[in-house]
Amino acid sequence: MDSENTRLTLGSLARVEGEGRLAFTVRHGRVEAAELNIYEPPRFFESFLRGRDFREPPDITSRICGICPVAYQVSACNAIEQACGAHLTQPILDLRRLLYCGEWIASHTLHIYLLHAPDFLGAADAIELARIARPEVERGLALKKAGNAILELIGGRSIHPVNVRLGGFYRAPTPSELAPLAEQLRTALDDALATVRWVSHFEFPDAEIDSELLALAQPGRYAIEDGMLTTTSGLSFTPEEFCDHVEERQVSYSTALHAHLDGHAYLTGPLARYSLHSAELSDTARQAATEAGLGTVCRNPFQSIVVRAVETVFAVDEALRLIREYQYPNRPYVDISPRAATGYGVSEAPRGMLYHCYQLDFEGRILRATIIPPTSQNQAAIENDLRSTLSANLRLTDTELTGLCERTIRNYDPCISCATHFLDLTIDRG
Amino acid sequence: MSTLTLAVWKFASCDGCQLTLLDCEDELLTLADAVHISHFLEMSSAVETGPYDLSLVEGSITTAADVERIHMIRDNSRYLVTIGACATSGGIQALRNFADISEFMSVVYASPEYIDTLATSTPIAAHVPVDFELRGCPIDRRQLLEVISSYLVGRKPNIPDTSVCAECKRRGLTCVMVADGTPCLGPVTHSGCGALCPAHSRGCYGCFGPSSDPNLTAMSGWLRTCGMTDEGIERVFSTFNVASPEFDGIRRDGQ
Repeated sequence: MDSENTRLTLGSLARVEGEGRLAFTVRHGRVEAAELNIYEPPRFFESFLRGRDFREPPDITSRICGICPVAYQVSACNAIEQACGAHLTQPILDLRRLLYCGEWIASHTLHIYLLHAPDFLGAADAIELARIARPEVERGLALKKAGNAILELIGGRSIHPVNVRLGGFYRAPTPSELAPLAEQLRTALDDALATVRWVSHFEFPDAEIDSELLALAQPGRYAIEDGMLTTTSGLSFTPEEFCDHVEERQVSYSTALHAHLDGHAYLTGPLARYSLHSAELSDTARQAATEAGLGTVCRNPFQSIVVRAVETVFAVDEALRLIREYQYPNRPYVDISPRAATGYGVSEAPRGMLYHCYQLDFEGRILRATIIPPTSQNQAAIENDLRSTLSANLRLTDTELTGLCERTIRNYDPCISCATHFLDLTIDRG
Repeated sequence: MSTLTLAVWKFASCDGCQLTLLDCEDELLTLADAVHISHFLEMSSAVETGPYDLSLVEGSITTAADVERIHMIRDNSRYLVTIGACATSGGIQALRNFADISEFMSVVYASPEYIDTLATSTPIAAHVPVDFELRGCPIDRRQLLEVISSYLVGRKPNIPDTSVCAECKRRGLTCVMVADGTPCLGPVTHSGCGALCPAHSRGCYGCFGPSSDPNLTAMSGWLRTCGMTDEGIERVFSTFNVASPEFDGIRRDGQ
């Protein structure tokens, strides 16, 4: 940058979900502040959930985010079912995991092909990318469509599925309805493997994040729709204990509430899941990761696109397994009776951990709701990454820095719409 | 035929209606040949200044700055079409319109004094003239393509103005309310989804908003017959289109 004291503002971040901007200040050659400012207006979900019926959060909270509605539906169901002491049957749990696989495939592919790959190939968007790599973009759209096909068959529609209810589903698909889906997914598996090979040849800048990583764990499988919380420092705790470790707070340099894990910034999402639990991926996905040159741990945020591609292979593979082993449930849901209790629910949204907590009264009225979305949890780690990226690249021109910062942010696929806690403050420009 | 310039804008929303455009997997590249996307932040970092032929607007107006922004967009757009329940009726965030906004803020935020928000969430048409309103939470992909195509060739969008019941009958579905006693808002809800909920053995929950001239008195009677309490009836209309005048009426005194 040209001057010693500079304030650079990136208005209107593109190719992220929701709206935000970044501002940072450099004084005497040192980065003083890097602020990822979310101007997405607050929508007050936690406020108006109070007084609602306990059966409503799956439909209502899905409207927090159009990109990962299933994550909201599943975390909400997990929390309320736990509060009510419900036990779902295995076929219903499997169907829920299958639905979630659809969201992982659709959301990861959206990010890989439409939002992230243009960064690596010098295009402004997927349309421009299609001019230089049309077969690849078409492959991405077909893969994304396969994810949406799962969401549409099991959930009714891909955005805000209608078929999810507490205790399971309104209607379960018949095995013969799933058969054509399996056919589509077999092609999708080839597309997903080709995606891993494609993105593994991109050029990745050197970078390594040192944040603690947090991801769900389930015995013997890659956790998606539930689990225990695990971290790289060896912590393991239940969803009930989440708020003993994670605290949301405001920090002086930022306009957003940041979640901290035992006082430190931490990261959830693909890098965390992969680095903590890559051993639990399916054989096909693990092999694809090895061929792509990933070790068992990946801390380079630019390579998150490769990890997403590997997770997409896993989600397609897992969906095929779930369809193969599908048992048509006698009833698509179990009955849930309300009781006065507090329930905690977690699941792995494509971009990170999503925590819900509901306190119910004896009639099932919601007394209190707390939702901590992935972007809020990742916010402090993203800003740490931005600060070190900026510090290492201060010699670049403003235009180059702008591009680099945008890429740095997009590495995390931040879903700003879902950041229910983001504030829009006036920044002290000192 | 000159290329139509398209802009997509976002206000308070979940991004789902914009995403519907990206979910047109089979049509996206064809569409990109037919229109010129000038402004679509979720999709592209190439951003051009207006004027634009067609602006698609997602989300509701909830801040003073957004009131100004929607006027700027209107001034720069030949046609302005709202997409989705937030832009068309204020969305679920319009629940604040019937509550104490400072109390709402204090529940969510430790420092509510820093929040810049209006006490209401209002549809785009409350602020500027709108050429067409596409319903749904979220909108339907086929209907979105119909709207864009219609502006491409310069005709009115062919979006049927019927209720969900009409779609349900056309699909040959058994009425969940008559056959199973399941409460269903299909008779008073605008069509567009293809009767998704009845097709999944569930009653319609009204995410496309009120149909034209809905008979809400008869609807309330049916809902009570299905065993719903007055409180339940009020709640079922207090969701994704809570501030639409018809649903607001039944919410307050329709029982």
